[in-house]
Amino acid sequence: MMPENAQPDPTDEKVKRLGISLEDYLLPTHGRIQMISESGELLPVDEQGSTPGHEYPMPTTQELLDGYRQLVIGRRVNDQNYALVRQGRMAVYPSSHGQEASEVAAALCLEPRDWLFPTYRDTVAVIARGVDPMEVMTNFRGNWHQGYNPHENNTSVQSTPLTTQLLHAVGMAHAARLRGEEMVVLGMVGDGGTSEGDFHEALNFASVFKLPVIFFVQNNKYAISVPLSRQTAAPSLAHKAVGYGMAGELVDGNDLAALLAVLGRAVKLCREGRGPFLVEADTYRMQSHTNADDATRYREGEEVDEWTKRDPLTRMRTYLKHEGALTEELESEYTSDAETVAASLRDAMGQDAELNPLDLFDHVYTVQTPQLAEQRAQLAEELSRDAHTEHQG
Amino acid sequence: MTTVFDEVTTGTKKLTIGQAVNRALHDALATDERVLLQGEDIGALGGVYRVTEGLAARFGSDRVVDAPLGEAGIVGTSIGLAQAGFVPVAEIQFDGFVYPAFDQIVSQLAKMHSRFQGSQQFPVTIRLPYGGGIGSVEHHSESPEAYFAHTAGLKVVTYSNAHDAYWVTRAAIASADPVLLLEPKKHYFVRGEVDFDAPTENPFATVEARPGTDGTLLAWGPQVSTALAAAEAGVEDGYDLQVLDIRGLSPLDMTTIANAVKATGRAVIVHESSTFAGFGAEISAGLMEQAFLSLEAPVQRVGGYHMPYPPSRLEQDYLPSVDRILDAVDETFTY
Ligand SMILES: Cc1ncc(C[n+]2csc(CCOP(=O)(O)OP(=O)(O)O)c2C)c(N)n1
Ligand SMILES: [Mg+2]
Repeated sequence: MMPENAQPDPTDEKVKRLGISLEDYLLPTHGRIQMISESGELLPVDEQGSTPGHEYPMPTTQELLDGYRQLVIGRRVNDQNYALVRQGRMAVYPSSHGQEASEVAAALCLEPRDWLFPTYRDTVAVIARGVDPMEVMTNFRGNWHQGYNPHENNTSVQSTPLTTQLLHAVGMAHAARLRGEEMVVLGMVGDGGTSEGDFHEALNFASVFKLPVIFFVQNNKYAISVPLSRQTAAPSLAHKAVGYGMAGELVDGNDLAALLAVLGRAVKLCREGRGPFLVEADTYRMQSHTNADDATRYREGEEVDEWTKRDPLTRMRTYLKHEGALTEELESEYTSDAETVAASLRDAMGQDAELNPLDLFDHVYTVQTPQLAEQRAQLAEELSRDAHTEHQG
Repeated sequence: MTTVFDEVTTGTKKLTIGQAVNRALHDALATDERVLLQGEDIGALGGVYRVTEGLAARFGSDRVVDAPLGEAGIVGTSIGLAQAGFVPVAEIQFDGFVYPAFDQIVSQLAKMHSRFQGSQQFPVTIRLPYGGGIGSVEHHSESPEAYFAHTAGLKVVTYSNAHDAYWVTRAAIASADPVLLLEPKKHYFVRGEVDFDAPTENPFATVEARPGTDGTLLAWGPQVSTALAAAEAGVEDGYDLQVLDIRGLSPLDMTTIANAVKATGRAVIVHESSTFAGFGAEISAGLMEQAFLSLEAPVQRVGGYHMPYPPSRLEQDYLPSVDRILDAVDETFTY
């Protein structure tokens, strides 16, 4: 039975032309999609992990250069913020060091009219979407809960309660379908987040209504201290898609080229009305969960060393240099762009922004309630009394 | 059914609140094989606040379970475990993340005993670090006690010092009814004497934390220390203030509270969550019913504004303070 309002499934015809069963189509390809090897070489097409008839086209050199520039900035942002937290100038920062390729690809695969639904981990994706880095840091600095206008870059607020954002992404995608807009929505989530009930509800709802939404799972192997083996017994997180009747794909989350290719296709298919999609990025959280965490309690240094070799920046740099695309000039241009961002972060976090406690009473309701107005007056009176005492003292 | 795996703690020790909870969990695990812990990051990591440190190593990963990430699952499966005779102690990592389990707590756990017509007990304890003042980002500083105290069938308890941390936790685990145990996380690292040989007699009762005759400050969990500081500061203003430490919010020891307020004639209730429809309203109404004729002034409430818990750089403008409490005391004297 087709659900009410659902379009006839266009997937079937296309799948028949591929000569495979619908179930095979929905299952992730047997391998993990990888285009650039860990040592930075382009892999032959038959070694990229795709099934015949299902190969991915290589992104253009310009796309890769643009992506690489964002990797350089993202890495610098991660490491600068990490340092600022250590210096006590910022409350907390969940770093995506090592995951920058996934972060950047999640932003670059979308067009301005599309929407991104990020988590606390996804600062780099939010910046790559065009949001001012200083505004992103408002939250982690403790100045305000969230600091940017989601509508300026179609980038929703960073979500901390795990997986809740996926349902919002699905709602946004449903709106696009109802209005006939060619909008694609990408919702981000971690491996741990896939265990929450909201994950099931989001995928099911999206698939029942064939919505243009991509569930992008960054499998960085840990949910704070808890390893992936405690989150799933499935062969991969990408396999979860098939049970919902959607297609899933597993991609090397440290390979920018493969990420752009896989997400690019998913976006294209969503735009054609052939969503939703689940894409699992195989990556690794190189640093502690946040500064408050001590990763040595639950994982071995050797494991981290292994993943250092798969670093997404080194890999893309080697490839682009070898291709002759990344010149010395470009490289130093990107580095100086990154330094500019880092310097402004240091400046912004070095000083305490003036905050007005009375602003807290704004936006609780669209129109301030009588209770709040009264409480606001109370606090205003208290503050002016304090100011007076200070003045006298 | 009871197997002694290890000596339980004896004597007197100076411990932090977190360590006292750790000992309580340890001793419960050691003396009752039905006790089982589950939560997020409680195993190898020992919890994000290290409260379960060493327990997985000591009792094994089948009794100290790092669950798949999901609060509804952690509480819901605890109900099933209890139905099979286990005594589950579930940890929810932070106050703001208890809501995915709201249905399992409010509609399931709290009602099961009644739905089973009393034929089965559901001795599930849910440990919930709560409260603000820790400089954290959103969803990590909330005080959701009113939501849960409103729920029949669930006990809601808390404590303010290391000795009570141990004994309230032991009593919660031993309780035949489900208990939501609110842990004042800001105070996890505050030290105090724990007497392991002197069980607190009625651990969920309200107790006097400081004697006084001019008025009564009523607080619980993380705000007891603020109330004590206010009483101390009040001496300078000529006030002799009593402080009550309310450990059981539900059931509420209204008799002790009413008798205390009848004696002093003035009451100021202090809590972190919004005063609007907050738990203080229940106490205030109880005082109207039971102590009206002894009240010298209307009951005062000092608490949060009716807004989301603020970002960390503004939280001190939101949280109850010594000054705010003393202003409220002044109010009761100028009435
Ligand atoms: C509903 C909910 N429960 C618990 C938490 C506490 N918490 C914050 S991050 C985290 C681990 C998440 O792991 P994962 O989804 O893999 O994302 P990662 O941090 O690795 O990016 C936990 C348990 C939370 N934020 N929300
Ligand atoms: Mg993870």
